Amino acid sequence: MRTIGIDEINDIALGASLLGAGGGGDPYIGRLLAIQAVKECGPVTLIEPEEIPDDAFVAPCAMVGAPTVMTEKGGGKDDFNRLFDRMERETGKKIYATMPIEAGGVNSMLPIVAGARRGLPVVDADGMGRAFPELQMVTFTIGGVSSSPLAYSDEKGNVGVMHNISNKWTEDIVRSITNTVGGQVMTCQYTMSAKKCRDWCVPNIVTMSQELGRSIRSIKEGEDSKGIEQRFLDLTHGVRLFSGKVTDVLRETRGAFNYGKVVLAGIGSDKGHEASVTYQNENLKCEVDGDIVATAPDLICLVDHDTYTPVPNEAVKYGKRVLVAGLPCAPQWRTEEGLKLVGPRYFGLDTDYIPVEERSQRKGK
Amino acid sequence: MHYKLGIDVGGTNTDAVVIDENMKVLAAVKRHTSEDVYEGILNSVDAVLDESKVDAGLIDQAMLGTTQCTNAIVQRKGLSPVAILRIGAPATEGIPPMVDWDDSIRAVCVDWTIIGGGFEFNGKRLAQFDEDACRAFLNKIKGKVDALAISCVFSTMRNDDEVRAAAIAHEILGEDFPISLSSEIGSMGLVERENATILNAALNQVAQRFTEGFAHSLKQKGIVNADVYLSQNDGTLMTIENARRYPILTIACGPTNSIRGASYLTRRDDAIVIDVGGTTTDFGVLSHGFPRESGVAVDIGGVRTNFRMPDVISIGLGGGSIVTEHEDGSVTVGPQSVGYQITEKALCFGGDVMTATDIADRLGMAEIGDPKLTESISKETADKALAAMREMVEDSIDAMKISSDPIDVILVGGGSVIFPQDLAGTKSVTCPEFAGCANAIGSAISKVSGTFEKLVDYEKTGRDQALENARKEAIALAVAAGADESTVEIIDSEDVPLAYYPGKTSRVRIKAAGDLRTGSAR
Repeated sequence: MRTIGIDEINDIALGASLLGAGGGGDPYIGRLLAIQAVKECGPVTLIEPEEIPDDAFVAPCAMVGAPTVMTEKGGGKDDFNRLFDRMERETGKKIYATMPIEAGGVNSMLPIVAGARRGLPVVDADGMGRAFPELQMVTFTIGGVSSSPLAYSDEKGNVGVMHNISNKWTEDIVRSITNTVGGQVMTCQYTMSAKKCRDWCVPNIVTMSQELGRSIRSIKEGEDSKGIEQRFLDLTHGVRLFSGKVTDVLRETRGAFNYGKVVLAGIGSDKGHEASVTYQNENLKCEVDGDIVATAPDLICLVDHDTYTPVPNEAVKYGKRVLVAGLPCAPQWRTEEGLKLVGPRYFGLDTDYIPVEERSQRKGK
Repeated sequence: MHYKLGIDVGGTNTDAVVIDENMKVLAAVKRHTSEDVYEGILNSVDAVLDESKVDAGLIDQAMLGTTQCTNAIVQRKGLSPVAILRIGAPATEGIPPMVDWDDSIRAVCVDWTIIGGGFEFNGKRLAQFDEDACRAFLNKIKGKVDALAISCVFSTMRNDDEVRAAAIAHEILGEDFPISLSSEIGSMGLVERENATILNAALNQVAQRFTEGFAHSLKQKGIVNADVYLSQNDGTLMTIENARRYPILTIACGPTNSIRGASYLTRRDDAIVIDVGGTTTDFGVLSHGFPRESGVAVDIGGVRTNFRMPDVISIGLGGGSIVTEHEDGSVTVGPQSVGYQITEKALCFGGDVMTATDIADRLGMAEIGDPKLTESISKETADKALAAMREMVEDSIDAMKISSDPIDVILVGGGSVIFPQDLAGTKSVTCPEFAGCANAIGSAISKVSGTFEKLVDYEKTGRDQALENARKEAIALAVAAGADESTVEIIDSEDVPLAYYPGKTSRVRIKAAGDLRTGSAR
């Protein structure tokens, strides 16, 4: 158990932008919501999954919708109180703690906002270990946890609860609600027992975000100028995939998702080689000279070549110099059930999943 | 023949140039920036008129680039007390204004409120505009503040509520009361746009002073027939009237002007521009005739805004940098500098401090002051100092490059003589005539622009048609700002789909710029 104040929030937000793997939305606006909530209501308690009492009820929360809309509307003061009131009324259970279902991007911050404003501890865990585009893509789905009942609340005060036949249906129905209420909605879903949470969560992810953020910040402050790239990879447990300059960005929207491809020309030791990163909101696949070097669910992250600041897909521009790193995903995703939910074939890629660290070894041979 | 006058007020020097109708530079001068700024401007105008022998009455355009707004914010000096009216409750209440501002700058705000109102991204109403709350707040702050900042959720889509609030504010606070509207200042992102709007309101007094001072200085020197313009941070101009209303847009125009001036002097569109000052050297990238923009959000005096700034790195090395010999025989240059006192303190001017300029003098790279005075520097020390300087500049060139291919380099600025011209990683190194006043030249040749930014639903209007409409709107905005229509071009075009949202809505941002139309400010 420890507390999260403003300094911790800043580091977690920076780490979360890396775990966004190109998507997830800029945590900036969530960071401001969290800072304000902590200023008004005091620091938030972060607990390990093991610290949740056995009979306790855990209620994760997340925003569903367009992060760009959130940069205008932010959030209200009472969104999460309305949400948790509704969920407690629906289930007849007292909520003991909240937690993120998604550690990457803007959703890393909202449980901290909710925790501060509701006076609840936040569990140091999530259901993705990164960001994913759809709500059913959580480790809890593998564990048989239902996203229903799902409570939602918009900033105007509209509140509702839904019960759906599958987690994928929840995704589709909530997405259409965001369309009606103006692009974003706060949700409480995947409510579960302490045991389910402990068995299926991705533990320690808030702390990991914070450490990633602190590392990136220390690199930026120039505390360590030798072997920065290696240090970055050590800290993220990442595999170096490519260093390059962006030569083209292709973008397309289908349904609720942005598809695109970033084309890179090698620089430094990769000079003369070419790479591409394909994304559906988050990065899905990285190819070097036509060979796949990483796929989802492993994290494919673009960072600024000099500052190691994460570069989200919305900010990728011609001429930008980046390092592409592959970070191993949470072990739950490397199972058969996990790969059914978020493996390369789910995203329409015609390839089997091979862990990024194995792909890089093959390439080395 | 008609003429343009360009002036750039920097921290150390005030530069002035006169350019003729055919864009030929007739004269360029450099004078020290004075404490009150205007003496420096008057001196440089005197000198440039004298040198160019141009009749002051024939100058029909005068452009000023100034760091005064940046300095006022960074030093928290001369800022007006402001009030902030945000329209957006019940949304946005989770983030009050200035959440992450430092206390020292937050002090500019006397009072703020968030009232009901605002819009959704598609223009639908989010909440009813709360006129009673608006009036109550304005009556409460009446007499307590010098300026008002108004922001509203999605005012970039619809500014109705901001305009309505401004009308009520004029009714309560007075017809001439300075009001800054976020929809006229920033782009998407309420917090950053509001931040820029608050700073803009706080700069009100500073802006009145420098615009009046500039206009007055010109009149005093007989420049009575000129349209007067101020440089903006994107390398384009605005009228003095707009500069009074939107002073925040003049922030950090210096590096942009240098890069644009370098482009003009060398007729190049792609290069690395190195602007060597007295204390620091800035490295920027000229790409398609305009500065490469930085991808990161810009902090001004610790406040995050959503302006796009040129991508510039600065190192602590300039003409006045102090050369230090260490006990182990090594030699370092900078970051300490004698700055503007170089003409008193440097060896070549009879002083007793060894500077980077003295090294250039000793090695015969330049003749400044009295070369005899630098003979006391040993050849070995001078070589070591030059090697140190070379390493610093070559490292920075490499950092700004986008590939390892050799690149053209343009050296500008008053201290440009201190660098050798055979630099590693370069295809060519050019130090053009008038390089010392590239920033004032950049100011004088600036274009005027218009920017269109909105969320557009491609299901309502097809993408091609929507982009075509947006281009037309951007061009119309540039013409309205004073551009000659026949010269207007699209200089930047962005089209980013709204992520995690069903439908085909995209954020479209298009910028057009053209040459200044003569007489457009009259």
